[in-house]
Amino acid sequence: MERLTFDLASSSLSDMNRFLHRELADDDRRHVTVLNPDGAHNIAVGLNHPVTVEVQGHAGYYAAGMNKHATVVIHGSAGTGVAENMMSGTVHVKGFASNGAGATAHGGLLVIDGDAGLRCGISLKGGDIVVGGSVGSFSGFMAQAGRMVICGNAGDALGDSLYEAVIYLRGEARSLGADARFEDMSDDDYSALAGLLAQAGLDHDPKSFKRIASARSLYHWNADANQEY
Amino acid sequence: MCGIVGLLVKTPALKERLGELMVPMLIGMTERGPDSAGLAVFADPLAGDGRKLSLYSGLTDEGADFNWHGLTHALKEHLDVESHIDVKHNHAVLSFAVAPDMVKRWLHEHHPKLHILSTGRTIDLYKDIGTPAQVAERYDFKSLKGSHLVGHTRMATESAVTPDRAHPFTAGEDFCLVHNGSLSNPNDIRRKLQPHGIHFDTDNDTEAACRFLEWRLREGDDLEVALQRGFDELDGFYTFLMGTPDKLALIRDPFACKPAVVAETDDYVAIASEFRSLAHLPGIRNAHVFEPAPEEMYVWNA
Repeated sequence: MERLTFDLASSSLSDMNRFLHRELADDDRRHVTVLNPDGAHNIAVGLNHPVTVEVQGHAGYYAAGMNKHATVVIHGSAGTGVAENMMSGTVHVKGFASNGAGATAHGGLLVIDGDAGLRCGISLKGGDIVVGGSVGSFSGFMAQAGRMVICGNAGDALGDSLYEAVIYLRGEARSLGADARFEDMSDDDYSALAGLLAQAGLDHDPKSFKRIASARSLYHWNADANQEY
Repeated sequence: MCGIVGLLVKTPALKERLGELMVPMLIGMTERGPDSAGLAVFADPLAGDGRKLSLYSGLTDEGADFNWHGLTHALKEHLDVESHIDVKHNHAVLSFAVAPDMVKRWLHEHHPKLHILSTGRTIDLYKDIGTPAQVAERYDFKSLKGSHLVGHTRMATESAVTPDRAHPFTAGEDFCLVHNGSLSNPNDIRRKLQPHGIHFDTDNDTEAACRFLEWRLREGDDLEVALQRGFDELDGFYTFLMGTPDKLALIRDPFACKPAVVAETDDYVAIASEFRSLAHLPGIRNAHVFEPAPEEMYVWNA
């Protein structure tokens, strides 16, 4: 398999992204290495081919945003909005991720080995997120579909105003958000969770997780609730 | 948007290279803050009763042609104060060995347009409008030496683009603060502080936070207590980086709306809004890089 290397210390990020957008064949499965990312924004955004991109260092904002088909591995940390609005494919952050990781992802899998910042998986629309560490406050806010696995702890207001996304939490949440509640794990939950953990290369016992989902009491306007939920 | 940078060196030999290490950090934050830049550098304290003022003449009629040596002569003549002046373009550090209030009163009276940027025994301060690269070049930031510094690149949102509204802000002696974000209650803070005789130089929201925290320190709070009061009283979005003669301190608002990243090695602690300002630092590949948590206090000792 042909390997390609882009050294961002000597070539421009725009040239690299332009190459990845325009010069690849539809079934291109080449392996692309990005050297010296040095926190640059928008690395490997908008990919639309089944290439593998390995980022050797820390990525800035929106790395692998809007990803489709591609596998992006970041051997370092990722800034705000990693894999934001991902459609499919896999994004793997070997370090920590900042705020808004996997926000609005429609599909694909985001794996973060370290901690994720605040608002991880906000407005998730069908993607899967596995966080090896802990997540910050307001994670899973208004998440509509998809699954979030949190192997560490969560900050405040986890799963606030959840729709149909499901959260599996191994540690403790400082608080659950409005309308989020703990529910019993079913056999389907255990098998789904085992599959996600295996995909992320983690060997936690699925039995050590709790399920958090929507109580669905916010689905319909309740004039008698006086805005208290 | 704005950019924040901070650097504290642990290895004494690196004190000589503080400015050189910092300039790429500041320039790295140009996209976050292209309209103004500034920094405060902390070095060994002046001996005895020594005090220094960082002064800005850009708002005077003479601008960069301000007669600084005339100023030292006049101080000798009027106040019998021996002083030393170290001039860089339209900035100067004026040092002397008397109570600073007397000199500052005289300056307000005789040179009302001369802006006092900082007061203390350890702090020098430079700030101006222009890109970070232009400001760094204008004041030869790369030659600065010291144990730690606090820098800022500004994209103004809450007040006009003028040199006095650039960051860092200072209050009292040897205290400075830079801010990325916007406060929602700066006027409440002003109304709370003004009855205590606290005067504001500008309409900038960051100045309110700076004077609030310095007021608490002056009232006897230690840094951690003052910062906790900051969490309680200051509303809005903020990453604050503060400098004192022997400390750098960092806090982020509970929603972590504004970024910060820290890189620590045996040789230094470096703080920036984004990693791209840290990427050039020596040994960065093996540094401990982390994102400071919201509503936590991070304090590093020089």
